[in-house]
Order: sequence, then structure tokens, then C-alpha cells
Amino acid sequence: MAQALRPDLLVDDGEDGRPRWDNKFQYLLSCVGFAVGLGNIWRFPYLCQTYGGGAFLIPYLIALVFEGIPLFHIELAIGQRLRRGSIGVWTAISPYLGGVGLGCFTVSFLVSLYYNTVLVWVLWYFLNSFQQPLPWAACPPNLNRTGLVEECQGSGTVSYFWYRQTLNITADIDHSGAVQWRLLLCQAASWAVVYLCVSRGIETTGKAIYFTALFPYLVLTIFLVRGLTLPGATEGLIYLFTPNVQILLNPRVWLDAATQIFFSLSLAFGGHIAFASYNPPRNNCRRDAVIIALVNSMTSLYASITIFAIMGFKATSDHGQCLDRNILSLINEFSLPEQSISRDSYPAALLHLNATQPGRVAQLPLRACRLEDFLDQGASGPGLAFIVFTEAVLHMPGAPVWAVLFFGMLFTLGLSSMFGNMEGIITPLLDMGVLPRWVPKEVLTGLTCLVCFLSATCFTLQSGSYWLEVFDNFAASLNLVTFAFLEVVGVIYVYGMKRFCADVEWMTGQWPNIYWRMSWRAVSPLLLLGILLSYIALLVHRSPSYKAWNPQYELFPLQEEKLYPGWVQATCMLLSFLPLLWVPASALAQLLARRRQEDTQLDTGLKPQDSGGC
Amino acid sequence: MLWLFFFLVTAVRAELCQPDAENAFKVRLSIRTALGDKAYVWDTNEEYLFRAMVAFSMRKVPNRETTEISHVLLCNVTQRVSFWFVVTDPSKNHTLPADEVQSAIRMNRNRINNVFFLNDQTLEFLKIPSTLAPPTDPSVPIWIIIFGVIFCVVIVATTLLILSGIRQRRRQNKESSEVDDAEDKLENMGTIANSIPCDSLNMKGGHVNDGFMTEDERLTPL
Repeated sequence: MAQALRPDLLVDDGEDGRPRWDNKFQYLLSCVGFAVGLGNIWRFPYLCQTYGGGAFLIPYLIALVFEGIPLFHIELAIGQRLRRGSIGVWTAISPYLGGVGLGCFTVSFLVSLYYNTVLVWVLWYFLNSFQQPLPWAACPPNLNRTGLVEECQGSGTVSYFWYRQTLNITADIDHSGAVQWRLLLCQAASWAVVYLCVSRGIETTGKAIYFTALFPYLVLTIFLVRGLTLPGATEGLIYLFTPNVQILLNPRVWLDAATQIFFSLSLAFGGHIAFASYNPPRNNCRRDAVIIALVNSMTSLYASITIFAIMGFKATSDHGQCLDRNILSLINEFSLPEQSISRDSYPAALLHLNATQPGRVAQLPLRACRLEDFLDQGASGPGLAFIVFTEAVLHMPGAPVWAVLFFGMLFTLGLSSMFGNMEGIITPLLDMGVLPRWVPKEVLTGLTCLVCFLSATCFTLQSGSYWLEVFDNFAASLNLVTFAFLEVVGVIYVYGMKRFCADVEWMTGQWPNIYWRMSWRAVSPLLLLGILLSYIALLVHRSPSYKAWNPQYELFPLQEEKLYPGWVQATCMLLSFLPLLWVPASALAQLLARRRQEDTQLDTGLKPQDSGGC
Repeated sequence: MLWLFFFLVTAVRAELCQPDAENAFKVRLSIRTALGDKAYVWDTNEEYLFRAMVAFSMRKVPNRETTEISHVLLCNVTQRVSFWFVVTDPSKNHTLPADEVQSAIRMNRNRINNVFFLNDQTLEFLKIPSTLAPPTDPSVPIWIIIFGVIFCVVIVATTLLILSGIRQRRRQNKESSEVDDAEDKLENMGTIANSIPCDSLNMKGGHVNDGFMTEDERLTPL
């Protein structure tokens, strides 16, 4: 038995009226769905590509083994043992650490705001995919129908559809513009779907997760099979997975691998703690942690194979088009018969013409067409999904079907992550008893979704995409790493390693072995500290600039780099540090409350009671 | 004499139609790109047809109804298939202004394209912009239809979920109130010990308490 555990926390048979998972598979799927999100699709392949292909897997696996799995095990274990959401768990471990829970709760709230906005964009694209030809296939004609819209001609059809017809983006973050009603409608629908699935907590998400967690795997498989049959897929795979071991000497690679594992597993949000708190107390959380972390990493790899195959196809197709354009220029200039120069004979023909008539050749707008250049054009984040992939889909026969499947997959991926985010918000609220008991749970979730929906309307402004970048860069990264560090330190050093290991033994039947103890005690905290310090160093070094879409820019369609105005920089700082302030603020409040209690008890002559911090 | 006149005429006509001459337009065809295997060869008969189409287009312009095929001159035909053409006036000394020719071609662009089985991209008149087709917007954009469907489904599902939740809670309340009623009834019947109402125990003088002993248990079995 766990000797030092307070009796009121020992719940042996799970009969405390807390909601329960229908079965183990539902719980595993929910955690996998929370962990596997959009980042697995659009962040990991990009990192793989940038950092030397297959060689990136080495720092990634090391980070998984020494940082991801140990931290994940801690979260699941404390959630399952203490059977509370993130705020309750931390107040139970130590009343002075309640701020960590509050901070995680705040970060979950901020992240759910902007994460759902990405879902809104995905939903918009999904709704627009049910037509042939796809709306981003061609430029719309201009007003007097003599040509195409100028901005579209400069930027390309896909970018135009994204920046103008979807976001209707302003040229800088100062000009907020008007609320885009189309995006607002999609946002209402998106939050309605989230509410539908989250309304009764895990009772409803448990049913929804069967679809939202498994559908992406189905679509990924379909895309993999289709992608591998497309021309150029193998070139893409070979080029992008060929390891470049030299790159491991760059410290950035290790930092990015560690951060990728950290964010990929969705640690320190409080969502996993909430999910684990609905488990029966004697559940093998160690095995769960290992399984879920491995599934998450396998999914990343699987997704990157699919993405690389399709990107290889796109690169080959673009390369072919580049060659064709050059060939057409040559044929038109020298009035050669059509199709007299094939793609293979182009270099020889160019050489011959350059030797005989260099003057005329020099005047032509010939671009250098190298396949490697096209393969190198990696993109991550929304750029991959909404610009690069949509363009790739255009070239595939039966484009609307692939677009519908792709955006449907992205939506379900994001939705299952949203469930975890919302649990990270709702479970602490339920545990704290914010609303009286007789108010049904649906009302609480409804109010939460309503508040989130109203707060997130700022992202439907014309400058919304810039704000999303601000939130993405500043609200989540620093705070989550700090909270994870405090988590490890709090559990191992404040709660106590012996006590925690005893709890784990009670739950799983096995005392954690040397690997776990070493990782918890030394390796993970050091890794997290390293990430934290590098983050702060990068933050200080980086100029607070952003890339703006400005049609008036002279180098359009390249994005103009602008500095954040003062008030935006202040907001960035606030977002980075405000959630962290909960920790000292809560500790201070607790200290003052204790002092006051002791003073009043001394005054009235009562013995100081052990308040226990429940 | 006749030869000299003929030579003069051809020389004048040659001057009228030259690359980059005044009022001359360059045309470029991409027959193999458009038709692939079914491509036809560009010969003088096709050129005749082209001249006929240009003359036809000019005849539709008011004041130019008397344009003949012989007024349309072609020159510099290359293997690419590209050439220059001009339209002369009946006197064959001057070329018609470029604006007239341009507007005439633009009006009949579709018919010219169809005659040669080509389109605006494969039969190019350089310097004559083509009129783009109007965007075929359906009256209700497709995305709104799909959005309406999804939103209605979500609203209906949410309402059903909430209603079933209310019904479940009402049923739970009724059950728990039934249990409460049963307990209340027992309470009202007097004090209860081990849920046996004490009134049923027969207090005969107080030394036999049937609640604790039955007949069989007066003597404990060996």
C-alpha cells in the first residue's frame, strides 16, 4: 500500500461517482487522438526534410526515450492516482503548486482558441472542395473581363485563394479590417461540432473518438497507396529520406527534435491528466504511456512517408512544367516545329542554340530547372496544407475527391486534439465546482464553448492570421515547457520520488526501474531546462518580425518582413509570461491565507488544524 | 509590261505584309498540342481557310462588307506554325487600321477557334486580348449548401442529445424520489431496526423478543 498517502485520496474501487471510460480502447484512442494532431502531418515531415532526412530520426528517438515517455508517464500516473483535473492534482500534491494547474488551464484555453481557428480554415476548404473544378484551380477574371485579377497573376492561383478569398488578409497587423462573415459562419459550425462532441464530457467524446481518431489513419493509407502510384513519388521519398548525418552537429537539430516530441505528445496541457483521472485506479499507466507515445511517433513517420510521396509527385510535376515553359519559349522564339524538343533533349537543344545564336537565347526568360530545387521547397504549418498540398491535389486526377478526403482528415485530426484541449479546460472547472451541483454538465460545456467562440472571433478579422502566428509562437511554447519542468520537479522533488514510485507500484504492480528513475530525477529536467534556456535565448535574439502579404510590395509574391508594432510586442510578452505568473501568485496567495489562518487560530486559542490542502 | 506590273503589285503586297509592319498581326498555332494524334498538317489550303475566316470577320464590320479573301495577306509562315497577316482595303494599297481588325477578330474569335478545332490558348493572336468567359457562379455558392447541411445535422444531433440528457435526468430523479418515498414510508411506521418495523415485534411483557429468536433457534444445535 502507499504508506504516506493521505487517506482521503486513497480510492481503491473507483466508486466515487466520477465518470468512467466505457473500455480501455476508448481511453487509449482518446489519448492517441489528443497526441496525434495537425503537427504530426505538417511539422514532423518538414523537420525531417530540413534536418537531413533519415538522420533526424536519431535525435527524435533519443528525445522520445529520455524526455517524451518519462514525462508522459508522470502525467498519466498522477492523473490516475489523484483522480482530479490539472488544478485539483496540483493542489493535492502541494497547495503551493496550485498555480501550475491554473497555468496549464490558462494555456489550454488560449491554445483551444487558436487551434480551433485552424479547424475553421480547414472546414472552409473542406466546404469548397465539393466542386469541379476546384475554386483554387483558376484565377477569377477581373472586372472588365480582359484578363485575370492582377494580384492572382502575380501570386499564383492557390496563394490567391488562400490569402485573398479565404483570409482576405490586410497588409499588416495594425489594420484589423472587418470580420469575415464566411469564416465566422464556419467558426460557429466548428464550435457547434466541438460542443456536440464534448457536451457530456467523456460520455460523448468517447463515442465520437472512434471516428475522429481512426478516420485519419484510413485517409493516410488511401493517400499513401495513391501517392506511391503517382510519378515522381519514389524520387521524393529517396531524396527526402536520404540521411545527411553531418547535420547532427548543428545544435538546432537537437533543440527542434526535443521541442517536436514535447509538443507532439501534447504534454503539460492538463488534457492527459484529465483523461487519466477517469481511469480505474489500478490501471497499468506505464504500459499506456509507452504505447501511446510509440503510436504517436509511428503516426508521424507514416504521415511523413505519405506527405513525401505526394511532395515528390508535386516536385516532379512542377519540374516538368518548368521545362515545358522553357521549351515553349525556345520554340516560339526560333519558330521550330511543335514538340520538336522533348524534355530529355532540352539540354542538348539549348546548348546548340546557345552556341549558334547566343544573343537571342540570352533575351529569353529561361529559368534553371533542377529537380532538387523543387524537392527542397519544403513548407510547414498552414503553408503546407493550404498552399503546397492544395496545389499538389490539383494535379491529381479526380481532384475534388482527394481534396475532400484530405481536409476531412485534417478536420478530424484537429477535432480529436480539441477534445483533449477542452477536457483540459472543463475537467478542472468541474472539479473546482464553479457551477452549483444541480446545473447539468451540458450547461457548463455549453458556456465554455460559447466563451471560447466569442473570444476567438478576433481570429476571423482580416489580420487574424497574423494574430494566430503571435499566439502560436508566444502563448504556448515557453509556458508549456516551464510547466512541464515544474511538473517533473514538483512530482519528483516536492511530492517525493519514493512516494510517487510507491503509487506507481500500487497502480501497475511494479516498482519503476532505473531507467524511469534516472530519467525523472535527472535527464528529463535537464533536457527541459536546456530547451527552456535555448527558447529564451532565441526569443531574445530574434527580431520580433513577421511576414506580411502585401500586394503592393515590390518583390511580391515574396512576403514582406515587417516589425511588430509596440503594442503587439507588449501583447506577445503578456501572452508569454502571464500564464507563468499564476505559479508565484497562487503560492503567495496560499502563503498569505495560511498566515491569516494561523493568526486567527492563535488569536482564538484554537489548536492549528491540519488543513491538509484538500 | 504585264510582268512589270505583276512584279510591282507583288512588291507592294510584300511590303504591306511584313513582320512588324503597320497594322500587321502575328498568329501562332499549336495544333499538335491541342489535337495530339488527330493533328492536321498546315498547308496552303488551311491558309486559305484562315484568310476566309478573317475576311468573314471583317465583313461583319459595318462599312467593310465588301472585304474579299484576296484582301487578306499572309506572310512569313514558319514551321512552328506562325505567320503574319494584314487586311488591305479594296484598292490593295493600304492596310485597314489595326483597331478595326482587332475588334472584328475579337467578336468572332469563338467561330475562328472552332473552325480549326483550337481554343484561345492554342490559336494565339499576339496583341489581340481574348475576352474571358464570365465566371460560371451558381446562384447559391456550393459551399453554403454543404455548410447548411452540416450545420442542420449538428443542430439536430445536439438537440437530441440535450433532450435525451434531460429525459435521463428526469428518470433518475423519479427513481431516486421513489427510493426516497419507500424510505419515508418505513420511517413513518415507527422506529426501524434492521429495516424491520418495531411495531411488528410483539412486546409480550418484554421477555420474549421475537425479533431476535424464532422457535427453532431456542435451542442451539449441537
